[in-house]
Amino acid sequence: MSLKSKSISSKSSLNEDERLKKISPLRVLLNRPELGALGGSILVFIFFGIVAGDTGMFSAYGMLNFLDVSANLGIIAIAAAMLMIGGEFDLSIGSMIGFAGICIAIPAIYWGWPLWMSIVFAFAMAVLVGYFNGIMVVKTGLPSFIVTLAMLFILRGLTLAITRLITGRTQVPGLRVLIEDDPLAWLFATDTFKWLFTWLGSLKLIELRTDGTPLATGIPPSVIWFIALTLFATWILMKTRYGNWIFASGGDKVGATNVGVPVGRVKISLFIGTAVASTIFACIQVLDAGSADTMRGTLKELEAIAAAVVGGCLLTGGYGSAIGAAFGAIIFGTVSMGIFYTDVDTDWFKVFLGAMMLIAVVFNNYIRKKVTETK
Amino acid sequence: MSDYLVQFNNISKFFGKVIALKDVTMRLKKGEIMCLLGDNGAGKSTLIKTLAGVHKPDEGEIIFEDNKIVFDSPKDALDIGIGTVYQDLALVPLMSVTRNFFMGREPQKGIPFLKTFDVEKANKIAADRMGQIGIDVRDPSQAVGTMSGGERQCLAISRAIYFGAKVLVLDEPTSALGVHQASMVLKYIVKAASEGLAVILITHNVHHAYPVGNSFTVLNRGKSMGTFQKKDISREKLLSMMAGGEELDKLEVELQEMDRIHNKN
Repeated sequence: MSLKSKSISSKSSLNEDERLKKISPLRVLLNRPELGALGGSILVFIFFGIVAGDTGMFSAYGMLNFLDVSANLGIIAIAAAMLMIGGEFDLSIGSMIGFAGICIAIPAIYWGWPLWMSIVFAFAMAVLVGYFNGIMVVKTGLPSFIVTLAMLFILRGLTLAITRLITGRTQVPGLRVLIEDDPLAWLFATDTFKWLFTWLGSLKLIELRTDGTPLATGIPPSVIWFIALTLFATWILMKTRYGNWIFASGGDKVGATNVGVPVGRVKISLFIGTAVASTIFACIQVLDAGSADTMRGTLKELEAIAAAVVGGCLLTGGYGSAIGAAFGAIIFGTVSMGIFYTDVDTDWFKVFLGAMMLIAVVFNNYIRKKVTETK
Repeated sequence: MSDYLVQFNNISKFFGKVIALKDVTMRLKKGEIMCLLGDNGAGKSTLIKTLAGVHKPDEGEIIFEDNKIVFDSPKDALDIGIGTVYQDLALVPLMSVTRNFFMGREPQKGIPFLKTFDVEKANKIAADRMGQIGIDVRDPSQAVGTMSGGERQCLAISRAIYFGAKVLVLDEPTSALGVHQASMVLKYIVKAASEGLAVILITHNVHHAYPVGNSFTVLNRGKSMGTFQKKDISREKLLSMMAGGEELDKLEVELQEMDRIHNKN
């Protein structure tokens, strides 16, 4: 026996030498899913720094502008990324945004509910929709692509039909007056760090309006939610048992089930996650605009998935990161706003979006091959 | 107290009219490696699933440490110490060694509701365990996909042992492996048995089974053709007992016949 184990260990030390030669620090870094998106973000910033450095894009006001857009997309992209790591898609994100919007607006405006109650109602509906998506996928075994595509149409249709039925229109305005003194709405409608901007303004370090108040008044709520959700999602994925279950459920459903991971429960909770994130998105938008629109959120599901993919999520599940998706969202948000500061026609944004996605998918595919390469 | 750690007595399993298993009996002592041999379709998979608690036997009894046991789910089998390593290994190639090792049973630390996955502890245990079987995991956060087939098999077995398996059920652990990798896995199986585990090794490869097995049960068309101690049976006899054996004999005769005719001309 001792002779046998000796021969094993001598062989393995030989193996180790081979490995040491093969893995360079660069390769270790390359194995991180968020690397592509991080590199992409840096490139995007360098590009606009050169092209649009003197246009006001990187003034406090300009930066908050593109950060706000990035953050809004990021909120749903992170939830979409977690679901993708868990091996499923949610195409109903965009429709859920519209649906959540009218779930807040109609009760608040037409039924006289207090705003906080409408917000709670919208989140309750989100949990229901997410649960329904999840249970359909888990129980029927159908691809989530189909189930949530159906939900995309159902929710958008419901949103339009209900709104028109109750209000006779497709828009519900008049929310802004309700925000003040509401015990819940401030969570989605308050600019923070105002004192910082006032102070910076008083030092004339940032742009001022003609009346002397700073042009950028504070950090928008979307950015705070975005940062908080990125940290929370990363903590879950990397540091909790549930995070490991998400990777396992997406990586190998059967294997995970065999070792006792409650795959069904994990997936259902992730579907609830995307619906709830859509509702956070909707709250911020509806309260910012002061109105709900039945077409809000159209195509957002695809942008969220694109950001997650650029962020390193594999379409087949089991791999990816929340930080990557956050950087994916920053890339898209920065480019979609930054393009206004350049001479380039904004029509080119979609071309860029598509090209970025293609590059990301090819890159991710290469990474996956590297990671799973058997020696 | 009988000598046996686990006994599967007269197990039968029917699917509708199909008799998948009929009166299969296997008894194992601690430290024993029993090889379950059979050709494709002999009922090996059904038997494994019955041992693992996936199927309930329609007839017969399972006795573990002198207690009669009824499994309602795979979890029951795991809880009393029957660890099954399926052919697909239940490993996720994209996940790290540690994350795979503890998949579904992650050690936690911290206060309730804010419990975290104790990655440091898990890394240490995984590296230790792999080290014990001579696989030097340089970095336990490396993806399982970078490991060889043999190493993956050893990881899956090691995981089953760590989580309290007293009886290991291994489904074709060497079928997808080359000679070197297979011998690495077989060595580990022998080592595990020498530490007191009972091992049921399911295979259709007599050449892998014969060197490591203490006893051999041959399954043919859902029935056991008996259990034989190593001293009582030769490799060739075992081979011919499997359904393929007789056919190979026939084939050999036919080939000789062809050869004879060919030489005549």
